[in-house]
Amino acid sequence: MGKTIAEKIFESHLRDEPFEGTKVLALDRVLCHEITTPVAIADLEWRGKDRVFDKSKIKAVIDHVTPSKDSKTALQAKMLRDWARRHELKDFFDVGHNGVCHALFPEKGYIHPGFTVIMGDSHTCTHGAFGAFAAGVGTTDLEVGILKGVCAFREPATIRINLNGDLPQGVYAKDVILFVIGQLGVNGATDHVIEFAGDVVEKMSMEARMTLCNMAIEAGGTCGICMPDQVTVDYLWPFIQDQYQSKDAALEDYQKWQSDVDANYAKVLDFDLSSLEPHVTFDYKPDCVKPVAEMAGAPVDQIYIGTCTNGRIEDLRVAAAILKGRKIADSVRGIVSPATPKIFSQALNEGIIQIFMEAGFCVTNPTCGACLGMSNGVLSEGEVCASTSNRNFNGRMGKGGMVHLMSPATAAATAVAGVITDARAL
Amino acid sequence: MQKLFKGATIFLDRSDINTDEIIPAKYLTEVTKEALQPYMLEDLKLDGFDPQGEALANARVVVSRQNFGCGSSREHAPWVFEVNGVHTIIAESYARIFRQNMFNGGMLAIELPKSDIDKLFAMSQLGEVVIDVDVDGQKIAATVAGETTNFNFDISEFDKALVNAGGWVEFADERY
Ligand code: SF4
Repeated sequence: MGKTIAEKIFESHLRDEPFEGTKVLALDRVLCHEITTPVAIADLEWRGKDRVFDKSKIKAVIDHVTPSKDSKTALQAKMLRDWARRHELKDFFDVGHNGVCHALFPEKGYIHPGFTVIMGDSHTCTHGAFGAFAAGVGTTDLEVGILKGVCAFREPATIRINLNGDLPQGVYAKDVILFVIGQLGVNGATDHVIEFAGDVVEKMSMEARMTLCNMAIEAGGTCGICMPDQVTVDYLWPFIQDQYQSKDAALEDYQKWQSDVDANYAKVLDFDLSSLEPHVTFDYKPDCVKPVAEMAGAPVDQIYIGTCTNGRIEDLRVAAAILKGRKIADSVRGIVSPATPKIFSQALNEGIIQIFMEAGFCVTNPTCGACLGMSNGVLSEGEVCASTSNRNFNGRMGKGGMVHLMSPATAAATAVAGVITDARAL
Repeated sequence: MQKLFKGATIFLDRSDINTDEIIPAKYLTEVTKEALQPYMLEDLKLDGFDPQGEALANARVVVSRQNFGCGSSREHAPWVFEVNGVHTIIAESYARIFRQNMFNGGMLAIELPKSDIDKLFAMSQLGEVVIDVDVDGQKIAATVAGETTNFNFDISEFDKALVNAGGWVEFADERY
């Protein structure tokens, strides 16, 4: 019997199996941000174990509220900053260099095929786009990861999702994943790895694959995962060229992680996406999705383009192409947060920032702030946001507020029209 | 803190109760567990539920439906239960991270089949339900109006070891 990519990664990283079915894995990356890490740091100090297992494998960023908005968030930032300095973490990103964790860490080339990655953040599943096993964990798992470089998981079962056909013009990875979550339901993949395959995925850029894997958790999935291929090698090449003689050699090496053809899956789902429409959420769960056309005309108060789902340069390009020469409706306010400084400066160089500003958008620094209702775009009671983020829970972006999840194209078109709008109809 | 797996029970009759409802993000700026205490389930959307009510204040056990604790990885969700003395959750199913966070903190996230959960909800119609969990025996005794009903449950050896060790840090520190 063959193995899935997740099974191969588990096998190669197995440190211990204290009980049948409990796999303790050695970790290649432990990622940290200022919301979930400080309590782990404080607890380690309290236990007299203020140590790190490997300062080159731990990466940290201040991204959720940055620059700090008040004394409490300043303290969180300070705790992470002091800790990173104390332990001489080489890769610590503070104001001026920081950006949304799941955009920043991949962009720095930290995630490679076959890696095991944890972070105290549920959207860590994003990094599976590189053919890594990457899972969100709580602060206690993070603490043990920092101290010991291990994490325990149940043996993962895998759901394989084959996405086939030609994605129509104007339909994006975000529409695909919203559609898939609608099919699976919010707990359809609990305790499972979701393996994304098929020609739609093969043709996707790394950015699009990250959008796909980012929302695996919204179906309950432990990790989303894509097979490493030429696209992966091309993206990582600047970071791995010392390691391999050629791209071909890297590709050949990465191929060892591919799921075997006779691998065992808990479930295999096939979707032909040739006639997929842009999708949007309604209500307060990410599996409440429908085609944008069916929601067209619904009013919104705020447009938010950014986040670890859709704040990458490709996303900004798509939105800017729609906004170019247009103004957003008087009835709405627009906020765009390029996800990292690199993306910000790319957008600046390409004239994208200018387009956003001329359209009437507020451009913020790279941060999560609005996505989880902490800063830079929190909603008031009764307000509605058209957002490119990943979560539409009640009150997510502010108590009493409502969120409709959508692609950057739909968000840009909605900004222009002031009501939910299919960009293809603009 | 010594964990107690028994006491008055509150029934939350909804699936997919998410971590934003259990502890809203605006409180994630706290850096101690204790500071979360007043905010348990503050944003829960559920008819008849009062986050300031006595039923919640007295509760030591929560019973709910499917996919409890979905959403963010914030361990603040188990912590807000912990500091309010709620160390046992019983539901049909959980989101993975929340479930692991409970056991990692030495607390219980027990899964029961739908038929048992239905029975518990039916009992709640008769008055205040008091639950007592025997972790090693994997048994729940639920008492209402002087009558006790028993339920069997199953948790993995690993989860049991975590509860007995007092959490994952203790377990891992001993072993790795
Ligand atoms: S952008 Fe939103 S979902 Fe992503 S890490 Fe930040 S807060 Fe979480």
